[in-house]
Amino acid sequence: MSYDISENPRYLKLSGLEPLVITPQSNFVNVGERTNVSGSKRFLRLVKEEKFIEALDIAREQVEGGAQILDVNFDDGLIDGKYCMVKFLNLIASEPDIARIPIMIDSSRWEILEAGLQVVQGKGVVNSISLKEGEEEFIRQAKCIRRYGAAVIVMAFDESGQADNYQRRIDICKRSYDILVEKVGFPPEDIIFDLNIFPVATGLEEHRRNALDFIEGTRWVRENLPHVSVSGGVSNVSFSFRGNDTVREAMHSVFLYHAIKAGMNMGIVNPAMLEVYDEIPKDLLELVEDVMLDRRADATERLLEYSERFKSVKKDKTEDLEWRNQSLQDRITYALVKGIDRFIEEDTEEARLSVAQPLEVIEGHLMTGMGVVGDLFGSGKMFLPQVVKSARVMKKAVAYLQPYLEAIKDNTKSSNGKVLLATVKGDVHDIGKNIVAVVLGCNNYDIIDLGVMVPAEKIIQTAIDEKVDVIGVSGLITPSLDEMVHVASELERQNLQLPLLIGGATTSKAHTAVKIDPKYHNAVVHVNDASRAVSVVSSLLNRDKSNTYSLDIKKEYEEFREKFLSRQVEKEYVSIQEARQNKIKIDWESEEIFAPQQLGIHIIENQDLSDLLSFIDWSPFFRSWQLHGKYPEILHDGVVGEQARELFDDAQKMLKKIVDERLLKARGIFGIFPANANDEDDIELEHSGEKYVFRTLRQQLKKAEGKEYYALSDFIAPRSSGKQDYIGAFCVTAGFGTDELVKKYESANDDYNAIIAKALADRFAEAFAEYLHHQVRTKYWGYAADEQLDNEALIAEKYRGIRPAPGYPACPDHLEKQTIWKLLQVYENIGTELTEGLAMWPTASVSGYYFASPHAKYFGVGRIKEDQFADYVRRKGIDAATAKKWLAPNLAD
Amino acid sequence: MTVKQQLENLLKKRILVLDGAMGTMIQRYKLQEEDYRGHRFKDWPYPLKGNNDLLSLTQPHIIGEIHRQYLEAGADIIETNTFSGTTVAMADYHMEDLVYELNVESARIARQACDIYTTQFPEKPRFVAGAMGPTNKTASLSPDVSDPGFRAITFDELRVAYKLQAEALLDGGADILLVETIFDTLNAKAALFAIDEIQEERRIDIPIMVSGTITDASGRTLSGQTADAFLISISHLNLLSVGFNCALGAKQLTPYLETVARNTEFYVSAYPNAGLPNAFGQYDETPATMVTQIHEYLDKGLVNIVGGCCGTTPDHISAIAAAVSNYEPRIPRPLALA
Repeated sequence: MSYDISENPRYLKLSGLEPLVITPQSNFVNVGERTNVSGSKRFLRLVKEEKFIEALDIAREQVEGGAQILDVNFDDGLIDGKYCMVKFLNLIASEPDIARIPIMIDSSRWEILEAGLQVVQGKGVVNSISLKEGEEEFIRQAKCIRRYGAAVIVMAFDESGQADNYQRRIDICKRSYDILVEKVGFPPEDIIFDLNIFPVATGLEEHRRNALDFIEGTRWVRENLPHVSVSGGVSNVSFSFRGNDTVREAMHSVFLYHAIKAGMNMGIVNPAMLEVYDEIPKDLLELVEDVMLDRRADATERLLEYSERFKSVKKDKTEDLEWRNQSLQDRITYALVKGIDRFIEEDTEEARLSVAQPLEVIEGHLMTGMGVVGDLFGSGKMFLPQVVKSARVMKKAVAYLQPYLEAIKDNTKSSNGKVLLATVKGDVHDIGKNIVAVVLGCNNYDIIDLGVMVPAEKIIQTAIDEKVDVIGVSGLITPSLDEMVHVASELERQNLQLPLLIGGATTSKAHTAVKIDPKYHNAVVHVNDASRAVSVVSSLLNRDKSNTYSLDIKKEYEEFREKFLSRQVEKEYVSIQEARQNKIKIDWESEEIFAPQQLGIHIIENQDLSDLLSFIDWSPFFRSWQLHGKYPEILHDGVVGEQARELFDDAQKMLKKIVDERLLKARGIFGIFPANANDEDDIELEHSGEKYVFRTLRQQLKKAEGKEYYALSDFIAPRSSGKQDYIGAFCVTAGFGTDELVKKYESANDDYNAIIAKALADRFAEAFAEYLHHQVRTKYWGYAADEQLDNEALIAEKYRGIRPAPGYPACPDHLEKQTIWKLLQVYENIGTELTEGLAMWPTASVSGYYFASPHAKYFGVGRIKEDQFADYVRRKGIDAATAKKWLAPNLAD
Repeated sequence: MTVKQQLENLLKKRILVLDGAMGTMIQRYKLQEEDYRGHRFKDWPYPLKGNNDLLSLTQPHIIGEIHRQYLEAGADIIETNTFSGTTVAMADYHMEDLVYELNVESARIARQACDIYTTQFPEKPRFVAGAMGPTNKTASLSPDVSDPGFRAITFDELRVAYKLQAEALLDGGADILLVETIFDTLNAKAALFAIDEIQEERRIDIPIMVSGTITDASGRTLSGQTADAFLISISHLNLLSVGFNCALGAKQLTPYLETVARNTEFYVSAYPNAGLPNAFGQYDETPATMVTQIHEYLDKGLVNIVGGCCGTTPDHISAIAAAVSNYEPRIPRPLALA
């Protein structure tokens, strides 16, 4: 084929949110098939259980694993294929990381294909149509597909059946092609032929040429039917060797090697079931090629014989210490990459003896190894937990060298730069910050970590005294956002010339661009992921590029801000009166209110940790390590699964240790009290003759006519209803002992386990909150005495009643925690403190309210207007400045 | 010679000029509720102010006058006043039943204006493009953030609505159908599906213009597609032109036009806004400034049809018409033979 340069070549062009153009130069296009109910048992199960959100994770794994087209199929007798196709494709459309690639709508039923075509905005592929039902139906379907703007897979199938030899394949393809191109006007580049891949080496004489006929047929089609593509499902070819993956993997790569040469340019291949062609043992290669290309009459027998022999050789699972025979540098690099600390001291000693100065070991041997780690991490071939383990090995080696270094008093160790990190004043959350510290440390930056609750003055003074190059501040709770703005203003006021990094779960690029960046003339960068921290810091400190990089960043944030603000003006709010008039309507007249079994305050002195184990939600644990995915599926994830398993094993070990040795102490307190709401969104309650008031905030962002504006007080019967209602409040903590445990690991240079310990304490606190809520529902309050839910359902909050926490979207005012502390005497009773910034200490704590109404649900208050703000200040009896400080993130501009 | 052949011959010779904003011009008349209602709808039970399409029935002389101003400014193609003329968009005013009439009348008003100018200046024939807006619903996005699988409208509902509009526009005398301001490609695909059905049923070859809108500087449509993915998704029919309008000013549109111009065998159109909106949401780029930006398209040979969207006026169009007259049109690379 040759193209005149003045013509647009006819390439197969597909699209999701992004284009996929298949040219003669393109590599083999891999179609992901795990989102196919007949290709994945897990997918089928999730679809049957209507767990579409989890099913989406499978799609995401496919895309992340390199699939360029996503095959979606719901052909199963027990499910409603049309409903599932529409539902799933609609959900995919809202996931940009999946919707990026084109969709292959796969079904044997036309109505499902058409339903799929109606919900895909990009140009996808229909899989498949054929002459099976005759020419008329074939033309009708092809015309329709063209009108929907999709490409099509045409099966080599006609009125008399599936093509199973060379001649039938090329005859049917030729006939289909002519009809499509001449009668329908279908663009030939949008035609993909599936020439039927059938198994070889079945023992049946007529199957001997199955692979060869496919390959020869493909060659004919590509040479004689211009512009078309050829596809197929590869695993079929090795069907008769199920159970012997070594042979199957070799068969797949041999088949592909020849089929691709003949012109097969796309297909369904499981990358895990593929051997590298060059790495197939010579003897096996020959046997497999004999079978594939039908070179000998006894080819099948010989391959079978080989496979029998091979089966007996099982892979040895014992530790492989062969790497110990390599050169010193290779051993050190290996130990760092694999995170093995067993031999690091002896290797470090050997290295020390081989050089003049102990420092050379750090700058030479160890940094060489860490360079490899950095490269692998940067290119996505290593994951965060592995890097932290590498750091552990590194630290151990450096610690070993420390006495020798000090003996020489040589402080000239060169580093890439000095980074100051701190969690801002008022906030105590530091897991993310610690990970960033470790990762930057691994990349040869000196880290000055000021810890948690660090005031701006201390950050600035230290930055000046220590001559740091970059400042990074972190925080998790919403008030920290304003503290960060304060830090930036102070940096500006004192005229510092350092870039500022912003990180932490509540931070965002929008907040950084709109609120922080304008306060400071130097670069302010939002970095929410440890792997990006390295590239950002190195760009900021790069002598040649740092100026342009900073200017670019400044400009990027300025543009982002302008765009953001120009969008903001659109938002409309209703007055607080109007919002209150449209509160959630509950017919209190007929509402049955469940009187709690046990009123008053209860203290749990020493909660048995083993009771909490089954309540742990593991997904956030993996998230804190930047391993994304749902537990337990994440353990079998194609990309991060291995890492997740390893991390999970280590966490289980520590978990056992914590429970067995009672290393953490969990305490809790809760109370249930008679309460009623008033007309101003307050909840009034009484305890021991004292009156307490919870103030709630109401949504004001304008909604569609007839929609309700929520406040938590709506879930409590108003006094005017004449009915007695109730509310609960609680605080649980699992953090006593965390500091000691973390310190123990840190002093052993083991950041990896230190971070695990912290993350586990957090998980225990959340599990305790879940456990206690369950106890309250079924026992103390008792309105759900017969509730039967597994952990998954608990995580999905499928129970009646809610436990919102002050500082979170439904009740964003952190000050309300003070009321809970006063009511329950939290500090006096269980020792959990409220810091000046209204964070809880120990950090691994959870507090909140209990609402029992079946109407209660979680929501976000969003932004509020000045009228509600003034009203709130009046109700709460605090000064406007204090209120403004705490509610700033929720005030509409 | 069919209209399509006539247009293709002209496009080979020169860059054609599309008109400017209808809404901006209507604003100048400062119309009130009673002006929108006219006599016929004085008792309509719902507010009608802002229903610009309705003016084709209640204030046809104003619409005709705006068309004539653009033709006087040098527009080769004028757009009918039917941006919201679908049953989907008219539901806001409970005027679904008037959709056919609205479109026929709007096309007729534009047809009359064009015919006067074509008769007067036969060397510069004028064309009516039936404008088909995006509607106010999206087929591939959920309006409910907590329910991403939900859709407020289906492909079939859109297809039926667009078909009614397209038939009415053709019946009223439109030469071209212009599927425009596309923020969700799936909506546009429903419109194209409907138009293709009409082509088959009436055995005609309709000149179809397709114009997407890139809503932010990341270079994506509202529904998330890049410019090249958008192009691939709508190129299955034999279009007259493809391009972009609205959302951004002329300057910001350049890279996306480059992408399309490089990759398509169709003619390329562009009708940007008069700059970006200022802090008060108004477009205030002067004709001179806008033309400076459009010169970049011309120098790079990116376009075949140029006009204006929000904020542009007859002055902008006359400046654009003067600018394009000095340039050769872009020559599209034809698709290789099958």
